[in-house]
Amino acid sequence: MNKTVSQDDLLIEEDRPLYVAHRTVYPQSVRGTFRTIKWRLMAVCLGIYYLLPFVRWHRGLGAPDQAVLLDLPNRRFYFFFIELWPQELYYFTGLLVLAAMALFLMNALGGRIWCGYLCPQTAWTDLFYAVERWVEGDRRERLRAAARPITMGRAAKRVLKHAIWLTVAWWTGGAWVLYFADAQTLVRDLATFQAPAIAYIWIGILTASTYLLAGYMREQVCVYMCPWPRIQAALTDEWALNVTYKYDRGEQRCSLKKSVDLRARGERVGDCIDCNQCAAVCPAGIDIRNGAQLGCIQCGLCIDACDAVMKKVGRKTRLIGYDNDINIRRRMDGKSELFKPVRPRTIVYASLIAVVCAVMLYALLSRTLLDLSVLHDRNPVAVKLSDGSIRNGYTVRLLNKRGFDRVVAIDIDGPPEASVHVVGVDSVTVDRPMIVLARDTTTELRVLVTAPVDNKSERSMPVRFRVTDIGLGEVASATDHFVLP
Amino acid sequence: MIEHNDIDRIPGRSTTGHEWDGIRELNTPLPRWWILAFYATILWAIGYWVVYPAWPLLSNYTTGALHYSTRASVVSDLAGLEKLRGEKMAVLGKASLTEIENDPALLALARARGKTVFADNCAPCHGSGAAGAKGYPNLNDDDWLWGGSLDQILQTIQFGARSGHAEAHEGQMLAFGRDGILKIGEIVTVANYVRSLSGLTTAANFDAAAATRIFAENCAVCHGENAKGNQALGAPNLTDGIWLYGSDEATLVETISYGRTGVMPAWSGRLDPITVKALAVYVHSLGGGQ
Ligand code: SF4
Ligand code: SF4
Repeated sequence: MNKTVSQDDLLIEEDRPLYVAHRTVYPQSVRGTFRTIKWRLMAVCLGIYYLLPFVRWHRGLGAPDQAVLLDLPNRRFYFFFIELWPQELYYFTGLLVLAAMALFLMNALGGRIWCGYLCPQTAWTDLFYAVERWVEGDRRERLRAAARPITMGRAAKRVLKHAIWLTVAWWTGGAWVLYFADAQTLVRDLATFQAPAIAYIWIGILTASTYLLAGYMREQVCVYMCPWPRIQAALTDEWALNVTYKYDRGEQRCSLKKSVDLRARGERVGDCIDCNQCAAVCPAGIDIRNGAQLGCIQCGLCIDACDAVMKKVGRKTRLIGYDNDINIRRRMDGKSELFKPVRPRTIVYASLIAVVCAVMLYALLSRTLLDLSVLHDRNPVAVKLSDGSIRNGYTVRLLNKRGFDRVVAIDIDGPPEASVHVVGVDSVTVDRPMIVLARDTTTELRVLVTAPVDNKSERSMPVRFRVTDIGLGEVASATDHFVLP
Repeated sequence: MIEHNDIDRIPGRSTTGHEWDGIRELNTPLPRWWILAFYATILWAIGYWVVYPAWPLLSNYTTGALHYSTRASVVSDLAGLEKLRGEKMAVLGKASLTEIENDPALLALARARGKTVFADNCAPCHGSGAAGAKGYPNLNDDDWLWGGSLDQILQTIQFGARSGHAEAHEGQMLAFGRDGILKIGEIVTVANYVRSLSGLTTAANFDAAAATRIFAENCAVCHGENAKGNQALGAPNLTDGIWLYGSDEATLVETISYGRTGVMPAWSGRLDPITVKALAVYVHSLGGGQ
């Protein structure tokens, strides 16, 4: 009871280093609800990642027919029916806001479920663990092997494991570059060594990073490299569901045999039989019974492990389960458990998500496929002509986002009696400049607006440029100023 | 040589023995990768000396095994650039001025080329936006001393005005005052007359009849009976609102008394023909071209 704690012990506890050298984790295989969910999510996520570049989407003659394509050389992003121009990169801002909000919501509902189920680091590490288990055996086998000198057979297995890892990593890098060029052509070019050097370089980079991060660094990435755990820890609250060891029910832990004896005598013992299965299956190498920890990615595998044990010994499952901070206290006080997924915080996040989605959808549906921007000449801002009228010059850039050429007319609403003239175009049509816009490009024009002025004219008047597609009737406009010298 | 015996308790390693406000630094050896990188940089430096120019000598420098020279590489880069541009520019050379202006792609090319050449060669006098200055015409407006059609602009750029080139524009505004052709009173009168032609106010006691006579006898030869100017002589139109040197009475008196002989250099010898062509299209497209 009165065991004296030396000053040294206390200090060392406080002075624990910020970085703990890597310990190899040998997680044991496990079956159960959460493991199944994880397998399925992994199949879906990796399936999308590896196969999406091969999905085709017809966009008309001359346009790429890849469903998802980031065409950097031509500065176009294709996403199924959406084609984005560099000017529209704000959609990505919207996506980032959505991603952040979705993460906040997930966190308010279920803690770090992103980490446990969806994070790429988790998915690939899980896959690599599966390969390792398949080649070198489960936890016990590998622990035993690690304690003994290496043999030929084991060396061969190790080579095989690394070969599979590298293949997966290489294919991961390979899939990455397929998003940036026509996938089918690129695969052929890669195989025949015709692809651009940058493709090989990126495959190299992603192969190396996948191999190192998923094969070697594993949970170290989550603890030392990833900023999310810190952010998410700051966002969580007492209502969020986290993987929790219900110590109110589990303690005092006590071996099965002893507990049967003690219970027979009517003494209270906890449900945990101290079998350590929960720690054995943990991919982060931690013991959840020590409470919430930075290393825990909330994957729920310890729940599956413990549930299996509980079933075997005939006790109620979910000794470890998704639980919130409030319930432990309530159960100890004999009250019923309380879950509140709908509360101000989640309502705010959900409505923000809805609002951002609605705004983006509206912007996407109402965006014009004909657009223009106007830049007023700065030097000189205005020119006096010999008849006393004033002319202003503008650089007008027209955007034709459609997949075909079209003819547009330019009109202005500006100072009284103002006339518009497009350099190089007036020899074709005099009264109303007509311009041919090539498909999916921008066209830059020098536009001159001339207006007779008298001394009653204002020094600066608004001028509105309007372009009208002669065939489709689409109209776009932009406003600038007409100034006097 | 560590003479103290100061071991840090937590990692169990020795420290440097120095203490700063209670903090002691572990005597950690340099990491191996760092040492290796350090030696690698030394090797790299030696290799660099051998391969590239590195050592200054008394009157020269070591040229290195590769005989690398920034000047030579700039020259070859420029040659490469010229070659690259040459192909595109050759198209401009073949097309006529009107063809260039009516083809959006060629126009864009000529304007891009013209713009940079203008900034390098013409901007000192005409301004970076070609808005001109006193004595230097504004090339954005539609008032042209020597004509504003594509061909006329091209010709002016090629040979200049009073440039000394055999084909240059020639034309002289006489010094009516200095050379004693007109008396000062007559000069003031005709200056006011010229102001009246473009609707500017005139002096109260201005004798319009005398002015008309003086103008007809002295000025109409070049500027025309109706004072609309003559592009063959570079004689400006005196009835419009644009004045190269200014329209106030004092400036006009100065102009009439001493004459004006602005010079535009000939560019045909200094710029290649395709560049001059691009320049003409650019100037024409500024908006004032006729
Ligand atoms: S403690 Fe449980 S939930 Fe957390 S990482 Fe380990 S196995 Fe996953
Ligand atoms: S698996 Fe369950 S019973 Fe076994 S040690 Fe962990 S919490 Fe206790």
